[in-house]
Amino acid sequence: MSFRWDFAYEILPQMLLATLNTIIAAGVGYAIALVVGLFFLLGQRTPFKIINIINREIVEFVRSTPLLIQLFFVYFVLPQFGITLSAWLCGMITIGLHFGTYLSEVYRGALEGVPKTQWEACRALNFSTIYTYRRIVLPQAFPIAIPGMGNYLVGIFKDTPLLSTIGVAELFHAATAVGGYNYRYLEPYTMVGIIFLILSVPAAMWVRRLEAKVNVAQGKIKQ
Amino acid sequence: MSYFAFLAEHGTTLLLGTVTTIKVLVCSIILYVIISMIFGLMRLSKNRIIQGTATVYIEFFRGTSLLVQLFWAYYVLPFFGISLEAFTAGVAALGLNFGAYGAEIVRGGILAVPRGQWEAAHALNFSPAKRIKRIIIPQIFPIILPPAANLTVELLKATALVALVTVVDLTFEAKQINSITWLSAQCFGTALLIYYIMARFALVPFLRWLEVLAAKKVGRGKA
Repeated sequence: MSFRWDFAYEILPQMLLATLNTIIAAGVGYAIALVVGLFFLLGQRTPFKIINIINREIVEFVRSTPLLIQLFFVYFVLPQFGITLSAWLCGMITIGLHFGTYLSEVYRGALEGVPKTQWEACRALNFSTIYTYRRIVLPQAFPIAIPGMGNYLVGIFKDTPLLSTIGVAELFHAATAVGGYNYRYLEPYTMVGIIFLILSVPAAMWVRRLEAKVNVAQGKIKQ
Repeated sequence: MSYFAFLAEHGTTLLLGTVTTIKVLVCSIILYVIISMIFGLMRLSKNRIIQGTATVYIEFFRGTSLLVQLFWAYYVLPFFGISLEAFTAGVAALGLNFGAYGAEIVRGGILAVPRGQWEAAHALNFSPAKRIKRIIIPQIFPIILPPAANLTVELLKATALVALVTVVDLTFEAKQINSITWLSAQCFGTALLIYYIMARFALVPFLRWLEVLAAKKVGRGKA
């Protein structure tokens, strides 16, 4: 049995349409993760010890359990408490929560990457904490966070196929459906792989270029 | 039904699934370590063809989603006359996927060994093979183990995906119990807990121990 180009061509429009869904899912999931990450960061940096500990345990738990089961958990358990959400919403919430914990680590690393002397200088100049964050620390922390943030955007994109397990109609779901309908899995799955390659390899390269640029700007590597 | 009654009835099934998960984990760790060593070295080769092969391999497996690779190995390879068992297909896909990430870590580790070590080995007239084997490789472990530990925890989480190609692991059992009893909170919650315990109280301490051991071997840790 060999690759049938006519069949591949026939299902191409369907696959491209589903690719759009995948991109939307990755984008929305990422947006939620960015915000959730901020909340976890806040929990980490509040001066209350108990909140810090609880926050850390939650982050550790979410980070060391599989996204797949978290998806199942949210999708199957919430209805038992009377909260019925669509598969899309469940997927977005879970991805947002899961990668939010990772992003909070990226944010933390970036904030810690700003030299301590910057803080001391601000203290010496009698800047308020908010002013220090807004004008001195965050502008310096942001470039450090960019590569990590980019990596997780690509990571989320590559994890969206998991959403198909709870019935979100994204690319992988479409491929399985088309494959089952025609009883030919070779072309759909191969096309999914190729579409992922086409989208994520340039994205990953772009992130790496960004990383190199940031390293140069930070003076870690001589140009 | 109380949680204890649930555990009494389904605990053994979940534990059997856990055993399979551990088997998948151990096999794929072995595979991914071997692959990342080979391709990490190939990536640094001066021979264009060898280096190109490694680059293509790494970009390919990092660029496509693990789930797509798994389904490809299990559902598409039979079209080419290669029928793998679910377990084999799962381990192969996991090993190849994580091997690509690991190869980059190994490459970074080798590059991070101080130049002086290479020069000294050169000056002592060691053959290239001996230089790599006796001087460089022993020194990369303290450098690569921390990122490799993160990757290994990711691998543990990723083993959940093999359930989707019908390997009867912890995730598969949890899903199965869920579809029989509809006690979603109990079965997925227990599965999450088991994954958490495996990661936090078994895998991570073991990897930390390895890190300490590796640091000691090159005389960096506390004796």
